[in-house]
Amino acid sequence: MKPAKFDYYRPKDVSEALSLLESSGFDGKIIAGGQSLVPIMNMRLATPECLIDINGLHDLNFIDSDDHTLKIGTMTRQSTVETSELVKKKCGLVTEAVAHIGHLQTRNRGTIGGSIVHADPSAELPLVLMALNGTLHISSEEETRSVNAEDFFLTFLTTDMMPNEMLTEIHLPIWKGRVGSSFQEVARRHGDFALVAAACQLELDAHDRISDIRLALGGVEAIPLLIEDAKELLAGEKVTDQAVQKIAELVAKSVEPESDLHASAAYRTQLAKVLTTRVLYQAYERAKG
Amino acid sequence: MSLTEVNVTINGKSYSEWVEPRMLLSDFIRESCGLTGTHVGCEHGVCGACTVSLDGSAVRSCLIFAVQADNREIKTVEGLASSGEMTTLQKNFVECHGLQCGFCTAGILMSITDFLEKNPQPSVKEIKETLSGHLCRCTGYDGIVKAVEKTVQDNNKEVLQRS
Repeated sequence: MKPAKFDYYRPKDVSEALSLLESSGFDGKIIAGGQSLVPIMNMRLATPECLIDINGLHDLNFIDSDDHTLKIGTMTRQSTVETSELVKKKCGLVTEAVAHIGHLQTRNRGTIGGSIVHADPSAELPLVLMALNGTLHISSEEETRSVNAEDFFLTFLTTDMMPNEMLTEIHLPIWKGRVGSSFQEVARRHGDFALVAAACQLELDAHDRISDIRLALGGVEAIPLLIEDAKELLAGEKVTDQAVQKIAELVAKSVEPESDLHASAAYRTQLAKVLTTRVLYQAYERAKG
Repeated sequence: MSLTEVNVTINGKSYSEWVEPRMLLSDFIRESCGLTGTHVGCEHGVCGACTVSLDGSAVRSCLIFAVQADNREIKTVEGLASSGEMTTLQKNFVECHGLQCGFCTAGILMSITDFLEKNPQPSVKEIKETLSGHLCRCTGYDGIVKAVEKTVQDNNKEVLQRS
């Protein structure tokens, strides 16, 4: 199928992109990798009148870090992040998750920012962002602001961003000490959107007891679901079969997934439970080293 | 918006055409440039038939607009063989019965060419994961996996002979 007509602009820098976005109002749309946008344009589910192509904005293609934060520019290709040694060393959960996004050919083109702003509830990067409570840097002509992932995702395909705003970079906190993480998903075919996905990062004290933990699930609600009680239930505990069982039961009670063509609500609930168990054990083993 | 000029190099040859911004790169390659080896299947990035190499990386040409390829280098399935000689991968597709109807073949060849350049020693699992980005409705995957595995072995032998 073919997209509807649109005007095409190729800004040379961020300020030109923001000015085009401002003047086009609700009719304008930024295109980065286009791996989510172009399919919906081809099916005419989206018919933006004006496309602002930011592929030429090389300033937004970077991976950088200081002691506390890993910084990734919005235009960085998913395949670049997947193979980055810096990302692997500072935030292995991202490396692990990116390998599940689409396929080699879509990761070569798809960007970090594009996947996040598309905000599909079963996509990998929004889930990781929620699991680590990353920070999003968003610019418009008037201001630059930052929003935590916990406040960024609103509902299906909807974020806290306004039509005149653009995501410029994401910041992820770097955990130090005895840290382990794990990302697992079940999809109908490798590379498809997850039926359910789970991400976990935890930190252990010297006695193998959990000192900090973040656990989140994708594909079960309209936005990635953070299991906030995980910390309360597991802080100061070792990852034992009993502790894991307790969390799995909690997850089964707290998720309210919907049934669709691919999986029933009951199956998704079961997957949420099983994947929670798997990521907890795996993150724990990795943290122990 | 009116027509926009697009200048690209495809398989080493320059093409210059005026197109609508909404023209997909897959249509540009087939219709404006007459290179019909690149196939168009689903047009929403699922089937992989339209895969081409853009500046050395395999991408779906149905998910890129032709205007976005301005001043870039493209390689299509027609550009794999040189001087009439097929690549090792192409020969192994023939030898291992890696194709049935052949519709998906062009895209698979482009993906695997990029894949093996970046990962010359893949596991069978990695080969299968990469092929999961392509739909073969003849379900000829077995022969395709064998063709890729044999190419890895042949490339290894070649490296050994050279050293």
